[in-house]
Amino acid sequence: MSTNGSNNGERREIKMKKIPRAISCSKAIAEAVRLCKPAVVAAYPITPQTLIVEELAKMHAERILDCEFVNAESEHSALSICIGAQATGSRTFTATSSQGLALMHEMLFIASGLRLPIVMVVANRALSAPINIWCDHSDTMASRDSGWLQFYCESVQEAHDTVIQAYKIAESVLLPAMVCIDGFTLSHVTENAELIKNLKNFLPPYKPCCKLDPSRPITIGAIVPPEFYFEFKMQQQKAMLLAQKTIKKINLEFKKRFYRSYGDGLIETFNLEKAKKAIIALGSQCSTIKYVINLKKNTEFGLIRLKCFRPFPGKELVAACENIEEVYVIDRAISFGNGAPLYTEVKATLPEKIKVKSYLIGIGGQDVSPEIIKKLIK
Amino acid sequence: MKKKNKNQDFEGFAKGHNACAGCGAAIAMRHLMKIAGANTIVAIATGCMEVVSTVYPLSSWEVPCIHSAFENVAATASGIELALKKQGKRKINVIAIAGDGGTFDIGLQALSGMLERGHRILYVCYDNEAYMNTGIQRSSATPLHAETTTSPYGKIHGKIEPKKNMPLIVASHGKNIYVATASVGYLEDFKRKVKKALRHIHKKNGGPAYLQVLCPCVLGWKIPTNITIQIARKAVNCRAYPLFEIENGKLTLQEFPEEKIEDYLKLQGRFSNLAKKEIIKLKKFFESEYSKLRNFTNR
Repeated sequence: MSTNGSNNGERREIKMKKIPRAISCSKAIAEAVRLCKPAVVAAYPITPQTLIVEELAKMHAERILDCEFVNAESEHSALSICIGAQATGSRTFTATSSQGLALMHEMLFIASGLRLPIVMVVANRALSAPINIWCDHSDTMASRDSGWLQFYCESVQEAHDTVIQAYKIAESVLLPAMVCIDGFTLSHVTENAELIKNLKNFLPPYKPCCKLDPSRPITIGAIVPPEFYFEFKMQQQKAMLLAQKTIKKINLEFKKRFYRSYGDGLIETFNLEKAKKAIIALGSQCSTIKYVINLKKNTEFGLIRLKCFRPFPGKELVAACENIEEVYVIDRAISFGNGAPLYTEVKATLPEKIKVKSYLIGIGGQDVSPEIIKKLIK
Repeated sequence: MKKKNKNQDFEGFAKGHNACAGCGAAIAMRHLMKIAGANTIVAIATGCMEVVSTVYPLSSWEVPCIHSAFENVAATASGIELALKKQGKRKINVIAIAGDGGTFDIGLQALSGMLERGHRILYVCYDNEAYMNTGIQRSSATPLHAETTTSPYGKIHGKIEPKKNMPLIVASHGKNIYVATASVGYLEDFKRKVKKALRHIHKKNGGPAYLQVLCPCVLGWKIPTNITIQIARKAVNCRAYPLFEIENGKLTLQEFPEEKIEDYLKLQGRFSNLAKKEIIKLKKFFESEYSKLRNFTNR
């Protein structure tokens, strides 16, 4: 239904029905961040993330976002600032892309190792060289082993909702979370979305179990000898596994409170009931894939979208593929020397009887058009 | 009165840490924390003082302390300061601690960001003039002709570049920064500067403070363990390490009883291979740096 009604009566009716308004993805994300009330927002500009930070800066300047807003001198410092603030007991937010995420790489492991539930939006963009500002997933795939939760969003609405969910999930399991949105193809898109107005009874104020506080001194980030180090790492791994349950739980809680959900929180399936073949993919391209599947009547293809890549929803994936004979895995990143990251993980997860095919699409911003998907599922 | 005594007895950097006998930096840490007191949060960069004080499950820190990485202590401390500001806890001292490698080299960018943004943080650089924690490699704080494992004495005679003048770089960031150099050879002077720096970060319209304290390293300087204080004092007296303060952009150079440069160099193994002409070159460099500082005082 169009929001541009031809007469006043229709317009009024639309208003009464509270139909979602068109909003840009960056604005929708900024609104979600504002609602979560981070005490400190630290970021450094990089295309295509900048719009989000600009929105937050505007909100801060207008005093509708009550936080300490810092223009850091690098992404490395932006995340370091978040680490310092989060360790002092305050909720934080940052956002980046591509080279910025690569520069943060060292601090990614430290944020997760210190168990600080920082939330970061990553506008996915290809990595240099050669330099390329357009979308692919090589930046976040390169940090998949950094101990951060990773969520890949399909729509503006989902980006908005996922930021809010990410805080709740991250703070429940004490792990940092990346909310990944495709650079340009989602970050610069304007879509209809319904903004959440308040988070009462969903996201309580941030109250960490321990923090830097002179009345109760603790040392954070000590040097840990071999006999304890492994234990620390196993605790992180346990938290990741626990996160699978938490994500599902919070997805349901979110649905109850805001009437929206994304699959089971980990994976979302589409047209899979009678499908023999399934496409497995991440991010905004899934809308295109759904569109193409819808065009074809009696198609044997369905879609499995991984909303959550870390932790990897292996069990859910196997269950979803119960009646599937063949899967087509679409990657937007290359693992040089061994195919593609999503493909290798899917291949390692699914039983041998299922044939797994790998496709590299949309590298460095190549358009993932319906035509390409049509060729794939002809 | 009672409260004051209690403060003086406070040991924020507790004994039992793993620093070497005669470690200058450990002395600096102890006295820094005695002055700072319990109402302090410390962010420490990777380096000697972090490694010797936080071996899990033990810690020498009687105040909250965080270590995250090597090059980012100024940024981590910035985050702490902002969180405290937002929480309305501005009275807590935020102290960032890093060695010369973590300050002059790898941490320079984060420090510059912290200074430019004007965070109310006391940044303490314990300057032992090389990467001592990793086994005595040269940094940009290593003096000219000093021998380290990565500037060895061969056909090339030790480090061929002079020391970077970090305090002046810090001071160039703006007038509202308290900058001072100190030496563990003059502990009362160091403590006075810590007090002043803390006052500066807390006062109305205050800003960052940068304190660079010379801390001899027995292994790196190749000196006996019992002359740490003596050699730290000689460094100041022979003007190899001039002590000064910069307040509101004005530099005050402190005067000390003059000693000969040779008496300073000959006590240290890291300068033991110097030829006469190199000693002269080094002397000239120290003199030129000193007159540069003196010129600043006249401005």
